[in-house]
Amino acid sequence: MPGKVITITSGKGGVGKTTVTANLGMALAQHGQRVAVVDADIGLRNLDVVMGLENRIVYDLVDVVEGVCRLRQALIRDRRVNELYLLPAAQTRDKTAVSPADMIQVCEQLRREFDYALIDSPAGIEQGFQNAVAGADEVIIVTTPEVSAVRDADRIIGLIEAQEKGPGSLIINRLKPDMVRRGDMLSTEDVVEILAIKLLGIIPEDEAIVISTNRGTPIVLDGRSPAAQALDNIARRIMGEDIPMYQPAREEGFFSRLARMVRGGD
Amino acid sequence: MADGVKIKGTRDGLLVSLGAGDLPLLLADLRAQLNRSPGFFQGGKVALAVGSRPMTRADLQQICDVLGELGITIWAVISQSPMTRAAARELGLASASPPEEAPSDLEAGQEPAVIVRRTLRSGQSVRYPGHVVVIGDVNPGAEIVAGGDIIVWGKLRGTVHAGAMGDDSAVVCALQLQPMQLRISGNIARSPESNRTKQKARPEVARVRGAEIVAEPWEP
Repeated sequence: MPGKVITITSGKGGVGKTTVTANLGMALAQHGQRVAVVDADIGLRNLDVVMGLENRIVYDLVDVVEGVCRLRQALIRDRRVNELYLLPAAQTRDKTAVSPADMIQVCEQLRREFDYALIDSPAGIEQGFQNAVAGADEVIIVTTPEVSAVRDADRIIGLIEAQEKGPGSLIINRLKPDMVRRGDMLSTEDVVEILAIKLLGIIPEDEAIVISTNRGTPIVLDGRSPAAQALDNIARRIMGEDIPMYQPAREEGFFSRLARMVRGGD
Repeated sequence: MADGVKIKGTRDGLLVSLGAGDLPLLLADLRAQLNRSPGFFQGGKVALAVGSRPMTRADLQQICDVLGELGITIWAVISQSPMTRAAARELGLASASPPEEAPSDLEAGQEPAVIVRRTLRSGQSVRYPGHVVVIGDVNPGAEIVAGGDIIVWGKLRGTVHAGAMGDDSAVVCALQLQPMQLRISGNIARSPESNRTKQKARPEVARVRGAEIVAEPWEP
């Protein structure tokens, strides 16, 4: 059965596309899937840094497209799990080095080799974004609970619908339950009401993420933090498991938190 | 001029058709019609139908220039004349011979309507000379410009302009009327700042009363 190509995009920058891509890739691999993560942000590559694989890059996506090397040569294996590979972006080139047709071809190869290929899209709606979604079977839109990020997500969903890639599914990142409770932040309901697409998961704000991205150790490798749990749940939902949605805005006293820790999950 | 320039709304957007007559006269007529409601056409795209009139590249360029004054671009030229179609292609415009059946065109200012059966998202825009009916929401950042009324069977949170060709009697109604900005003809209104409050939303209709736009419960 051919694998699935999923593009992770947002419109707005800085909402966590790269972190989400790295962690979903890692989590899917931990569940025994064969996974490739692809950095489509040519000229501003980051995924390799977040995954801690920067120093192993020899060939990149542009080399594959230009026929300098074969796809297999450019894939960097992540030794921390069984079947996880990174296809890095070129840093010395720009978005015009790759066309949507090139990406469709690369995705076609990835589909044959892997169960899942996750493509980390650059911010914006220009060629980099167009390249990133060209070969996608599905699209995941990442947003934060901020009006500007939601507005951009809405624009992206419109563009994806126009390309008949379906409405996509939604990840709400960096939610702060305290602020939602005080009414100072958009709630999950507020965001879903505007965007009106399927909610794939909610990731709470978590300082451990900053540490893990700086170290190049995806947070799901150390699965105890709230963000790691949320990311793992999203990976399992992608695999078709039915996991109830985490509700961080729910009033959570010390005892219910204790109970949750004992149950071992959200 | 009976047989001059006609601007019509069709299913595929605005259609400018040139009738018989001298080109300079037609151009003057076109400019006059566009200037009657410049805001409506601003930045729009139109198809140009020129019948069997043979036109050179220079002729077409003149029309492009007149439209260009208002930021309007031509996306296609429809003509029975192979010479005109060739000239259009030289200018990089799509060209086609007219369809067998005349499009279901309706004159601007009459009462046609277009129905949009989906949610309009940020960055999406609907421009139509007649009425616009949306079955779905109009999200913030989306835009509707209509010559007639605008009816939204859903939440209206984007920017809308009804009666854009100068019709003060046009109305805007929605199940939930919270537009970013609402215009009727030359009048502009914004939603009250309190739109974060979650009061029970009820259908409302906005219309011009005196010199301002007022919203009232929509009770047919």
